[in-house]
Amino acid sequence: MDIHEFQAKELLSGFGVNIPRGGIAYSPEQAVYRCSELSGKSWVVKAQIHSGARGKAGGVRVCKSEEEVWDAASWMLGRKLVTHQTGPNGKLVSRLYVEEATDIAQEIYLGFVMDRKLERVVVVASAQGGMEIEEISESEPDSIIRSVVDPAVGMQNFQAREIAFSLGLDPALINQAAKTIMGCYRMMWETDANMVEINPLVVTGSNEIVALDAKVSFDENALFRHPHISELRDKSQEDPRETYAGDRGLSYIGLDGQIGCIVNGAGLAMATLDMIKMAGGEPANFLDVGGGASPERVLQSFKSVLNDPNVEAILVNIFAGINRCDWIAEGVILAVKELDLKMPLVVRLSGTNVDEGMKLLADSGLDIETASSLAEAADKVVAAWRSTDSAYAEAS
Amino acid sequence: MAIIIDKDTRVLVTGITGRIGSFHAQDMINHGTNVVGGVTPGKGGTKHLGLPVFNTVKGAVAETDAELVVSFVPPPFAADSIMEAADAGIRTCVCIADGIPAQDMIDVKRYMRRYKAEKRMRLIGPNCAGIITPGQAFAGLMPPSIYKPGRVGIVGRSGTLGYEAASQMSAHGIGVSSSIGIGGDPINGSSFKDILELFEADPDTDAVVLVGEIGGPQEAEAAEYIRDHMTKPVAAYIAGLSAPKGRRMGHAGAIVSAFGESAQEKVDILKQAGVTIVPTPSSFGEVVEKMVA
Repeated sequence: MDIHEFQAKELLSGFGVNIPRGGIAYSPEQAVYRCSELSGKSWVVKAQIHSGARGKAGGVRVCKSEEEVWDAASWMLGRKLVTHQTGPNGKLVSRLYVEEATDIAQEIYLGFVMDRKLERVVVVASAQGGMEIEEISESEPDSIIRSVVDPAVGMQNFQAREIAFSLGLDPALINQAAKTIMGCYRMMWETDANMVEINPLVVTGSNEIVALDAKVSFDENALFRHPHISELRDKSQEDPRETYAGDRGLSYIGLDGQIGCIVNGAGLAMATLDMIKMAGGEPANFLDVGGGASPERVLQSFKSVLNDPNVEAILVNIFAGINRCDWIAEGVILAVKELDLKMPLVVRLSGTNVDEGMKLLADSGLDIETASSLAEAADKVVAAWRSTDSAYAEAS
Repeated sequence: MAIIIDKDTRVLVTGITGRIGSFHAQDMINHGTNVVGGVTPGKGGTKHLGLPVFNTVKGAVAETDAELVVSFVPPPFAADSIMEAADAGIRTCVCIADGIPAQDMIDVKRYMRRYKAEKRMRLIGPNCAGIITPGQAFAGLMPPSIYKPGRVGIVGRSGTLGYEAASQMSAHGIGVSSSIGIGGDPINGSSFKDILELFEADPDTDAVVLVGEIGGPQEAEAAEYIRDHMTKPVAAYIAGLSAPKGRRMGHAGAIVSAFGESAQEKVDILKQAGVTIVPTPSSFGEVVEKMVA
C-alpha cells in the first residue's frame, strides 16, 4: 500500500527525521494562506499523488511570490498528472503540500528495501542524490553504498555512522545523519513498511540534514496489526476497478486488453493471461477468485471484470483443488442470468466435481461455450472475441 | 522413497480443529497419509478426526514422534507456528498460509539459523499448496487424484499451475515421484535450488519439471545449480510473460522489480543452463513426454 509524501513525512518526523515545515492545501486560497503561515520568500508547491517523478510532469513548482503559488496550485488541482509510474491515464491531484523552500548544499539518496536474496532489510545510499536509484546504478554504480541489517538485533548505530562516513559527509554532520538513518529504519520496521525512500535527503546551507521527499510503501499482509496505517489509504489514487474487486476480497489487476479473465490461483491466472496473448488476444485483467469460491464469489468476480468497459469476452479457467467445479458452474449461471450477460463466454473446468459442473452448464440452456483444456479455452475465447462487432471494427 | 514425504512419514497437523485444517487433514488421512495427531492450543487432551489433539508441538512430538508438521494456522499467527515446530525438533514444516507479513518471514528465517544445519528444520512454503508423493502420502491441500505415481519430480511456486502440469503429464502417461510447492511469497523456506538438490539425489526421480514465475532471484539461482551440478534433465515453464513491470500479480512475490526477474529473462537464463523450456502452459504434457522418452 502506497501513501502520499506528506503522510510519509509526518510518520518519519515522528521517528526524529527532520522535514521542511509545510502544510496541506485543497485550494489555491489555502495554498496561499500556507505561505503566509510559513512566511519566508519562496515556497514549493507539490502535487500529492502516488507516484515518483512528479517534477517532470509539472507536479512540483518552486514559487517566489504568492501569485506564483496561486497559479501553480490552480494549475495542479483537479489535473491528472502522467508520469512513467502512473500509467497513461495519470493520477488525479486533489491535494497539495506547500513547503518552505530549502537551501540545498548537497543531495543524497537514501533507501531501505527488503532484499529477497538476503532475506533482510538492506540500506542503499548514494552521495549522488536527486536522480532515481535506477539512474544512479547505471551512471554512478560505484557511488552506491549498501548495508545489511541483522533482524535479530535490528540496525545498529555504527552501521548508520558507517553509511554517513561513506557518503563523505562533514564530520560535524555524522551524528545528525546517523540519527536520520536510524529513524528511517525504525519507522520501516515498526510499521511493517517494505520500502522507504528518501530522495533526496539534503544537507542545507545551514548544515542541517532534511528529508526533502519521502516515499513509503507498506506490506499489505501486515496491515492487520497497523490500523493507523490503513487509515492513510487513499482510494482516489487507485485503479477503481482494483479497488472494487479488492474490497470484495478478490485479487484483481487491471490491464489494457478486451478479454476478461476469472481464474483460480495466481500462477494459473498468470499462465492464462500468457495463453490468451499467445492465442492472439489481449487480456483485460488478472483475477484470482481464490480457493473455496462460492457461487456468490464467482458472481462478484464477474461484476469486477465487467466494471471494465473494454471487456468484450470473458474466459473462466478453473482447476479445482479446494474449489468445486459445481459451485463455480452455479456461480457462472447465476452471473449470466443476473447480469444479463450478452458477450461471448468460455468456461474451462477441471479437477474436483468437474462432471457435475459441466452438466450444470450444459443443462442451463445458456449460451456458454465450454473447453476441457487451457489451450482450447484460450483459442475459443480469442476466436469468439474476434467474431464480436467491435473487434471487426478495430481490424478494418 | 521419492522426497520429503512417504507413506511412513509421521505427520502432525497444526490448526487441525479449524475448518480448513480439519477438512484437509481428513483428506490426507483418506489418501493414506500417516497423520498421527494435531495441535490446537487449549484443546489438548481432546480427540479430533479420531486423532489426539495436543496443546503444543513439543507435547505432540513427545507422544507421537511426529516428524513433519503441516500448518493450517492463519497468516497472522503462522510464523509463530513455524518457529514452534522448528523448536520442537520437527524435520519438515509445510506452511500453507497465504499472507504472512514479510517481516515475520525474515524473523522465521533468522530464527531457524539458531540450529546447526544438520538439525535445522526444512520449511516448505508459506503460501503453497503443499507436497505430495503420489500413491503414498501428501501434506497440503492439493487434489491427490490428478497425480499418477511415477518418476518425474515437480517443483513449483503456484498450486493450481502445478495441478495443470501434473494433470497434463498424467494424460500423457507420465507419473510423478514427488511434487513440491515452494509457494508464492517473496521470502520462503525452500528455494527451487534446495528442492532440485533433493531430486538430483533421489534414486526414484529421473527428471524434474520446474514451474516458476516472475519476480525474485530463485529461478536464476536454480539455473546456475542445474548447469553446474544436475545430471537429470529439467524442463521449466515460467508464468507471467504478459505481466506488466512493477505490478504484483496475485502472489506477494510475483513482481518484476529488478533485472533478471521478468519471465522472458528467466526463460533465457534457464535455456542457457540447458533446461528444456515448456513454451506454453498447455504443453507440459508433450514437452515432458519428449524429454523423458
